[in-house]
Amino acid sequence: MSLTYTQYINRAFDECLHDDPSVLLFGLGVGDIGAVFGSTANLQTKYGADRVFEIPLSENAATGMALGLAMQGFRPVMMHQRADFSFTSTEQIINQIAKTSYMSGDIYKIPLVIRMIVGRGWGQGPTHAQSPHAIFSHIPGLQVVAPATPLEGYYLMKESINCDNPVIFIEHRWLHQTVEQSNNKLILPNICKARIMKPGSDLTMISLSYGVIECLKIAEVLAELNLKVEVINLRSIQPWDINTVIQSVTKTKKVMLLDIGHIEFGLTGEISSVIYTELFNFISHPILRFGLPMEPTPSSAALAIDHYPSIEKMLQKIKNHFGFNFEVEKAIEIFVNKFPYKTKHRDQPDIGIIGPF
Amino acid sequence: MLASLHLIRSVELLISEYYEEQIFRCPVHLSIGQEAIAVGVSLHLTVEDKVVSTHRSHAHYIAKGGDIFRMLSELIGSPRGCCKGRGGSMHIFDNSVGFMASIPIVGSSLPIAIGLALAEKNLNSKNLVVAFIGDAALETGAFYESLNLAALKELPILVVLEDNGYSTFSNKSVRWPASKNVKETIQGMGVTYFHGNGDDVEDIYKNISDIIKRVRSYEPILLHLETFRRYEHCGPNLDDKLGYRSKTEIESYLDRDPIKILELKLVDSGVISKKNLKDLVDQINDYVQDLFTSMKDQNRDYLTKFRMSN
Repeated sequence: MSLTYTQYINRAFDECLHDDPSVLLFGLGVGDIGAVFGSTANLQTKYGADRVFEIPLSENAATGMALGLAMQGFRPVMMHQRADFSFTSTEQIINQIAKTSYMSGDIYKIPLVIRMIVGRGWGQGPTHAQSPHAIFSHIPGLQVVAPATPLEGYYLMKESINCDNPVIFIEHRWLHQTVEQSNNKLILPNICKARIMKPGSDLTMISLSYGVIECLKIAEVLAELNLKVEVINLRSIQPWDINTVIQSVTKTKKVMLLDIGHIEFGLTGEISSVIYTELFNFISHPILRFGLPMEPTPSSAALAIDHYPSIEKMLQKIKNHFGFNFEVEKAIEIFVNKFPYKTKHRDQPDIGIIGPF
Repeated sequence: MLASLHLIRSVELLISEYYEEQIFRCPVHLSIGQEAIAVGVSLHLTVEDKVVSTHRSHAHYIAKGGDIFRMLSELIGSPRGCCKGRGGSMHIFDNSVGFMASIPIVGSSLPIAIGLALAEKNLNSKNLVVAFIGDAALETGAFYESLNLAALKELPILVVLEDNGYSTFSNKSVRWPASKNVKETIQGMGVTYFHGNGDDVEDIYKNISDIIKRVRSYEPILLHLETFRRYEHCGPNLDDKLGYRSKTEIESYLDRDPIKILELKLVDSGVISKKNLKDLVDQINDYVQDLFTSMKDQNRDYLTKFRMSN
């Protein structure tokens, strides 16, 4: 049976609510007809409005409320239809949730999840398209995960809910329509391990969330040009899986990073720094980083095209940066033929790869 | 009641006295003058009832049955403190006595208290949650978000507003418009409001019996009590010389002292003689001094750890 990313999230919620009466779901839209893009559909009917409920437009208080519930042994999941909305509750997240366990001398475990959906395209613009994974990864006391595939969404949501620490769950809106077979036996060792999506020896590509889909497309294009790319899906951002990355880079000696957030002071800088420290004399080229420029995300579709790194531009840069022996025009031609745009507009999700992963 | 007031006062005067010795190595916000509220409210609470406090947490913690030895250890930063020395005076946590949190970011304690109260309601307990706040909390967004949730979910929460009139040095007159009506604001949000004097511990204790019962039956209530902060906002000293509080105002504090008020009543009505009163106070002070001495002895290893010499 194939399910979409949202259907898998729904299933994870359903199973957790069923298995553990201390699990609670709330947030704006949880109980309405939209059901957070369908991900909370039918859950209120099934488990009651005491456990699955709508909140007033008070994200800060609702986030602190989640902390109070967790201190009393509940496992709340607070969610935001856009990660940007969570910024109204950063006081509770950064000063309270992240620190309660530590500053109370470990008398509390804080098992709570804050689910944040990252928007992109169709005019989302400056305040509806930010991914705060780097911001929250900077705060001691928070775990941050950003699964890429539907089944990972399912497993990582369950693991996040069962985790005794606060987890920020980053979920890209453009992954929602990806599909994966449920009989595809995916063994996830633990919440903090990265996953090698595609083994290779010529170049290591490291990304997260929706960026992994783009890396897989690039890897498939380059495979036709006899370049073997290893694609690493981080899944967990804080903590991140240093060993898997180091092992891969030891093999390929070349690294490309793709972030779904801004480049400066972010994920790519942190990972680069560790690679440079560990393998300074070993890598053959400086690390190539892709991500968003230091400007707010524009609403305009025309401006957004240049804001996000396109696969065509990335292919060009990969060739020039590493001096690979392929024709960029040929690579772009392969890309366009292999992954023809199924949508009319480029500011809408066009996954191309829908699994199995 | 009198013993509780004296115990809290004695601990805080000791902190004030030894602060200059640099043994308590963290900011302290003393409750001297405000103790009647902590005692009058907490006498109604069971161990299972929950309290959430602020940066001014000592009186609330001791009144809730907190462990003074562990609190003083926390104030010196010792691993033997109730939070292993990680929290200090502003972050006292001890869920073993239902003292769930001290949150020094003003207003931010309320959302957490709401969550604690929702948990109690979900668990069908008869426990209530008391959130002590100061007057400046009414200037935060978290306050209004939280009260709305308390009313919406009909939570067993008693918000005790300790109105001492000052946020650090700022009088309410520079923070609240003259036309502000707290009663109407709170009632307009669907939360029951009571107002009273916060100096007389007997009055507070007697007058809130019914309020406590109503909160246990899931009626959120805000209890607004007028009080005063005798010492500086942060630190061990009086700050009368700074001049932000008028001489008349400071003099009025003398007659409003909760300990003085209760002692006068008890002596006048013959419940306690002046001699017995003095003995009681001496005993409490000796007890606190002994606690402090043994706390220092037991933490000697820690106290020598960060000193440059001697």
